[in-house]
Amino acid sequence: MSKEKEKWGMVIDVDKCISCQACVVACQSENNIPINSEDIFNQRRAIEWIRVERYWEGEFPDVKARFIPILCQHCGEAPCEPVCPVFATYHNEEGMNVQVYNRCIGTRFCANNCPYHVRYFNFWEPEWPDSLKNQLNPDVTVRSRGIMEKCTFCIQRIRRSKIEASRDGREEVQDEARSINPACVNACPTETLYFGNFNDENSKVSELKKKENGDHGRGYKLLDELGTEPNVIYLKKVDPSAKEEAHA
Amino acid sequence: MQEHIQLDQKQINDDLLSGVLRTPRWWLPAITVALLVFLTGMGAFGYMLNKGVGVTGLNRPVFWGFFMVNFVFWIGISHAGIMISAILRLTQAEWRRPITRAAEVLTVFSLMAALMAAPLVHVGRPWRAGLWVFPYDFARGVWINIRSPFIWDPSAVMTYLTASTLFVLIALLPDLAVIRDRTTGRARVLYSILCLGWRGTPRQWKLQAVAGILLSALVLPVFVSVHSIVSWDFAVQIGTESWHSTIFAPYFIIGAIHSGVSAVATIMVLMVWLWNWDKYLRPDHLDAIGRLLIVVATTWFFFFFVEWIFALYTLEDPEIAMRELQVLQWPWSGLFILFLITAFFFPVPLWLFKKVRRSFFWMFVTTISVNVGMWLERFLIIVPGTMRKQPFVFDWGSYHPSIMEILMVAMTFAWVVIGLLLFARIFPLIPLFDIKEGMVGRDEIKIGRRTVPASIRE
Repeated sequence: MSKEKEKWGMVIDVDKCISCQACVVACQSENNIPINSEDIFNQRRAIEWIRVERYWEGEFPDVKARFIPILCQHCGEAPCEPVCPVFATYHNEEGMNVQVYNRCIGTRFCANNCPYHVRYFNFWEPEWPDSLKNQLNPDVTVRSRGIMEKCTFCIQRIRRSKIEASRDGREEVQDEARSINPACVNACPTETLYFGNFNDENSKVSELKKKENGDHGRGYKLLDELGTEPNVIYLKKVDPSAKEEAHA
Repeated sequence: MQEHIQLDQKQINDDLLSGVLRTPRWWLPAITVALLVFLTGMGAFGYMLNKGVGVTGLNRPVFWGFFMVNFVFWIGISHAGIMISAILRLTQAEWRRPITRAAEVLTVFSLMAALMAAPLVHVGRPWRAGLWVFPYDFARGVWINIRSPFIWDPSAVMTYLTASTLFVLIALLPDLAVIRDRTTGRARVLYSILCLGWRGTPRQWKLQAVAGILLSALVLPVFVSVHSIVSWDFAVQIGTESWHSTIFAPYFIIGAIHSGVSAVATIMVLMVWLWNWDKYLRPDHLDAIGRLLIVVATTWFFFFFVEWIFALYTLEDPEIAMRELQVLQWPWSGLFILFLITAFFFPVPLWLFKKVRRSFFWMFVTTISVNVGMWLERFLIIVPGTMRKQPFVFDWGSYHPSIMEILMVAMTFAWVVIGLLLFARIFPLIPLFDIKEGMVGRDEIKIGRRTVPASIRE
């Protein structure tokens, strides 16, 4: 029997997020995402595979800013998958939800059915200024207009790490190796994001999952009640002023 | 119940073939205008192909807009055909006779308009949509995902389109033979080919009647399937809370019949006004369709009401947010009130009056109003649903249709007008044989001192 496949996932510690947007920029350059100009933003058509949502809590002057980085949750029961008429989005063996750009015809059905709003449509042909054309990542497809795209957990980095591991004769890729991490994880200055293999019991994400997914842990999943079984676990903000909730 | 106007068969031929054998004076200007609108829309489509879907007003999270609204709207209109020609045929409603063909033809062209609105101009890469609508790319092993409602859609629509086209063709055969006998030259050759050697032998008549009844019965499932499937495009989605409702299928079906039967009434009035067929389309017919509409509209309103109850009863935040946008925020609130008035509160009370039901002008106004309302209904389901999606208020959106979208929507309307006008120029829009059959069915003969019907319906 072959060894168990990986189940890639992420743990996001919301408590550490300072909304510096480094993850957004890193993702932008790693994954050949077109520049989101002011005009594109105003059209509400910006493409950010990871975005930091900002919410205000309380009334002025007693107001707090809350940040939450949101990216594709790589759901175990992904709502986007069954609705695509052409199988452009499907589940791969490593627990990831992947998009086949060549198959996509742009019905935008998947985007409508995504409760997290993390699927992005190429409304325009992507363009880069001349100075940035040599910056494009050769490992990532440049998408054309008319198709959907979304976070891939930087699958190109995972693939490269695996190839390098097999070249060097190593049994498996090391979880600690930063080269396997998605660009956003490596760019985060406060270590808000953790990436790893949930099927590996010794990985950092598995540790955090074990520690935080209990009655007294901070772990939760976004829109858990929908039953989408996301592969991203959020750790909630530590709020010293919050009242202790009685556990019935 | 209905007034008797007995006409002899020669007069029926002369009247009903007037649009085919001669070109009415208004025909050329009318079709020119429709063609211009259509070509402008095609131009907009070409522009969109060149630039990308960005030329529309769609954005994140409002990924579906005017095109999807029009897809649902035209599928709704297409329910006219099945209602009139299958249901009324099987229930032997006598008043359907002059209107069956117009309803079926309306069905055929509105289904094409629907396909134009949804797969063709809606998708990001239309040049690849063929692989989806006609999923027979066996060679490369690119299979379709049959779990997707977008696969159920084309199969339902194509089934309906095939059945309606067959309906039209089978009912046309005897009439085509009549035209063949009255034309010369190239037209005669064309009609000879089209009528498939119809001679009016008893065997041919029998086969034709059997085919008609068989088709009526066989397409009955389509009556519930097509718009249920269209509603499932929305209802299967957990990503848009306000669509995720089990009542959508019956609600959409009855809404489709509401708009479809209204559209047939509109066409009836237009046929009288444009071709002066007032001997065939009597106030009686409008009266009958008006009474049918009261029932349909009220049932639809009941479902509309229940859908609201379903939504509010859950007290779920996304639902409440969407309803709040629908009824309390300008301009949606204005559209909502307009929708309620045009779809129900203006036409239905008026239909209660016999004078209104028998008036061509008022039936025209009220049925147009219904379809304005039903268009708005779909708009108010689709767009606010996607605008206020789920608890992530950071991503709530807005939507303004762009001029390109409006042009392409106008294109679908122009397409249906062109289709109907061209059809009416080449084929008789009122079935001659059906009218004659109705007349014969009403013939009476004297036996001794009593007057009895000359024929007994099988």
